[in-house]
Amino acid sequence: MPITEVGRWTVSHMQILDEQGNVDAELEPKVPREELLKLYRAMVLARELDQRMLKLQRQGRIGTFGPCTGQEAAHCAPTLAMAPNDWFVGAFREMGARLMLGEKPSQVLVYYNGYEEGSTLPESYKRILPINIIVGSQTLHAAGIAYALKYKKENAAAVCYLGDGATSEGDFHEALNFAAVFNVPAVFISQNNQWAISLPRSAQTKSVTLAQKGIAYEMPCLQVDGNDALAMYRATKEALDRARSGGGPTFIEAVTYRLMMHTTADDPTRYRTKEEEEAWWKKDPIPRFRIYLEKKKYWSAKQQTALDAEILAEVEAAVAELETPREYKPDLPFDNVFGTRHEILDEQRAEFLEEIKKDAANG
Amino acid sequence: MAKINMVQAINLALEQEMAKDPNVIVLGEDVGRDGGVFRVTDGLFTKFGAERVIDTPLAEGAIIGAAIGMAVAGLKPVGEIQFDGFSYLILAQLEGNAARLRARSLGGLTVPMVIRIPYGGGIRALEHHSESREVYFAHTPGVKTVIPSGPRNARALMLAAIRDPDPVIYMEPKRSYRAFREEVPDEEEVMEIGKAQVVQEGTDLTVVAWGAMMHIVKSVVEEVQKARKASIELIDVLTISPLDGNTIANSVKKTGRCVVVQEAVRSYGPASEIIAVINDKALMYLEAPVKRVTNFDVVTPYFGREMMYMPTMGRIKRGIEETLDF
Repeated sequence: MPITEVGRWTVSHMQILDEQGNVDAELEPKVPREELLKLYRAMVLARELDQRMLKLQRQGRIGTFGPCTGQEAAHCAPTLAMAPNDWFVGAFREMGARLMLGEKPSQVLVYYNGYEEGSTLPESYKRILPINIIVGSQTLHAAGIAYALKYKKENAAAVCYLGDGATSEGDFHEALNFAAVFNVPAVFISQNNQWAISLPRSAQTKSVTLAQKGIAYEMPCLQVDGNDALAMYRATKEALDRARSGGGPTFIEAVTYRLMMHTTADDPTRYRTKEEEEAWWKKDPIPRFRIYLEKKKYWSAKQQTALDAEILAEVEAAVAELETPREYKPDLPFDNVFGTRHEILDEQRAEFLEEIKKDAANG
Repeated sequence: MAKINMVQAINLALEQEMAKDPNVIVLGEDVGRDGGVFRVTDGLFTKFGAERVIDTPLAEGAIIGAAIGMAVAGLKPVGEIQFDGFSYLILAQLEGNAARLRARSLGGLTVPMVIRIPYGGGIRALEHHSESREVYFAHTPGVKTVIPSGPRNARALMLAAIRDPDPVIYMEPKRSYRAFREEVPDEEEVMEIGKAQVVQEGTDLTVVAWGAMMHIVKSVVEEVQKARKASIELIDVLTISPLDGNTIANSVKKTGRCVVVQEAVRSYGPASEIIAVINDKALMYLEAPVKRVTNFDVVTPYFGREMMYMPTMGRIKRGIEETLDF
C-alpha cells in the first residue's frame, strides 16, 4: 500500500434568497423583524451615501474613495450577527458595516475629506479598527485580537473583512495559519467582488474557490452568495457561535461584485465589459432583500417612500455637516505620535506653529 | 543584587514583569520550550505556560501582526524576532499599522507592544546575522527604538519598554549578550525611554555611542585618558528614536569636540542625525569638526573580514585623538 488517501475535502456553497427573492424555508434564519429592517435600512443608507460620495468626489468636495455599491449584503449582514463585545476588523470596502456599528455618515465624509477626525472610534462602538488600506495586513490583527479574547476568557470573537486580492497576500496566509494553530475565535470574511483593481478573480488565483484556502489550514470554510443577505447572516452567525464555543476560526468567501470602480481614481472600462456589469446589476442585493421583506409583510411601498425621504435627509445633513466651517487643529498630528511627551516633538511642534503663522502672514 | 550578563538581565526583566502583570505575554519562534535560540526567554515557558509564552509558526509578519492585535485588545505582547536578518519582514506591519493606530484613531486605540531583535556583528555568525539596521525602525514616527548597552540598562529599558504605551523596537546587541557581567539590583529599576545617559562626565571631548560599541568605547576612552590626561565625557544614546538631542548638544556645548561611534554603515545612520542635531543646537560651540567612526557603506562582509570593517579600537582611538588635537 504505497499510496493511500490521507484526506478528502469539499467546499459548500450556500444561497438562501435567490435572485428573484425566493427564500429557502429550511435555511431561512430566524431573525426578528426589527433586526431585518435595521439591516435593510443600513444597506439602503450605504447605497445612497456611496452614490452621493461619488458625486462629491467628482465635484472635488471629498477625496478618493473606494465605493461599496453592490456589496451591501456581503458586508452589512455579518455585523447583524455580531454581539456588542465582538471586534470588527475591516479593510476599506465595508462602509455599510461601519454604519451598522454606529459610525455616522458625516464621520465617513470627514475621513474621505482627509482628516483624522473621521477615523475616530464611534461613540457607540469601541471595538472597531479604523479603515485598513494595506491589503490583507488586518487579518493578522484579527488573529491577535482573537488570541487576546481567548486568553482573557471573554465570550467574544473577532470578525475580519478582506477582499479577493488579499487572499494572495502573505499576511492572509500567516493569519489563517496563526488563527487555526491557536484555535482562536475569529471569522474571516472575504468579499470576493471579482476584481482587484484590474485583475480578475480568475487571474488572482488558480483555486476554483477562495473558500478552499481555509482547507489548507484545517479551518471550516464556506462559499456564500454574497448578494444574499440571509445567507451572509446565517453563515456568519454559525461561524460566530462556533468561535464563541471554542470551535476556532472560520473562513467565509462572499461571492459578490464591485458594481463601481476600484476607487474614484480608477476606470473599469479599461479592463471589463458593460455586459458583465449589467449581468451583476441583475443580482443587486438590495431589491432582492426588499422583495423578501415585502413577502414577509415586513415592508411596504409606503414604508419605502418614507425611508427614501428619511435617508435622503440623513445624507443631506451629513453633507451639510461636512461643509459647515470648522477648525481642524493644525498641530493635531503632534498630539498622537506617542502617548508620552518628548522634547524633540515639543520643539518641532513649536517650530511648526511658528512657521505656519509666518506662512499665513505672508499670504 | 547579582552579577549577571545581558541575556540574564533581559530574562530577569521579562520574568519579573510577567509575574506582576498577567497581560504581559511573550511570542516568537522557539521562545517557548527551547527558551529562544539565545536563551533570552529561558525558563519562562515552564513558569508561565504555553498560553503566555507562545511558540509561533515560522512567520515574522505574523509575530508582529498578531502582537498588534493582542496589544489593541489589552495585552502587552513582547515579540521576538530571532535574528536581525529576519526583521525586515516586520517593516510592513510596523510602518503600515503599529506606528499609526494611535494617530489614526486620535488616541482611541494604542499598541503597547515590544519587539525584541537581537542585532549586530562580532559573533562570527552566518550571513544575514550581523547587521546594524536601527535606522530602518528609527525613521518611522510612532515607533520608539531603544538599544541597551549592558545588563543593567538592558533590564531597566526592558521594563520601560513593556510599560510604554507605544510600540517599542528593542534591539539587543548580541555581541554584548555574554561579553561581560554587571551588578543588577533585584528590586526593579526603570529607565526613561527617550533619554540619553551621560555615563561619564568630562570637559575636553564628548564621545557618543550605543549598543555593543559602548563597551569598546569605554575601554578606549580609559586608555586615552590615561595616556594624555584628557577629560572625556561619554554618552550612551540608549534611545535611537525619539533621539535625546538636547543631552548630546548640551554636552558638546561644554566640551566643544565630539566623536560619534556607530557600528552601522556610515550613510544615513544615527550618527548623521546626531551630527545634524549638533549642527542645529551647538554649532557655534564647536572647536573641531564632529568625527564619526563607523562601518563602511558595503554589503556586510562574511565574518572572515567582519571585524576589519566594524569600528575597531584603533580607529576609535585615532578618531578621538585627531579630534582632541584639531
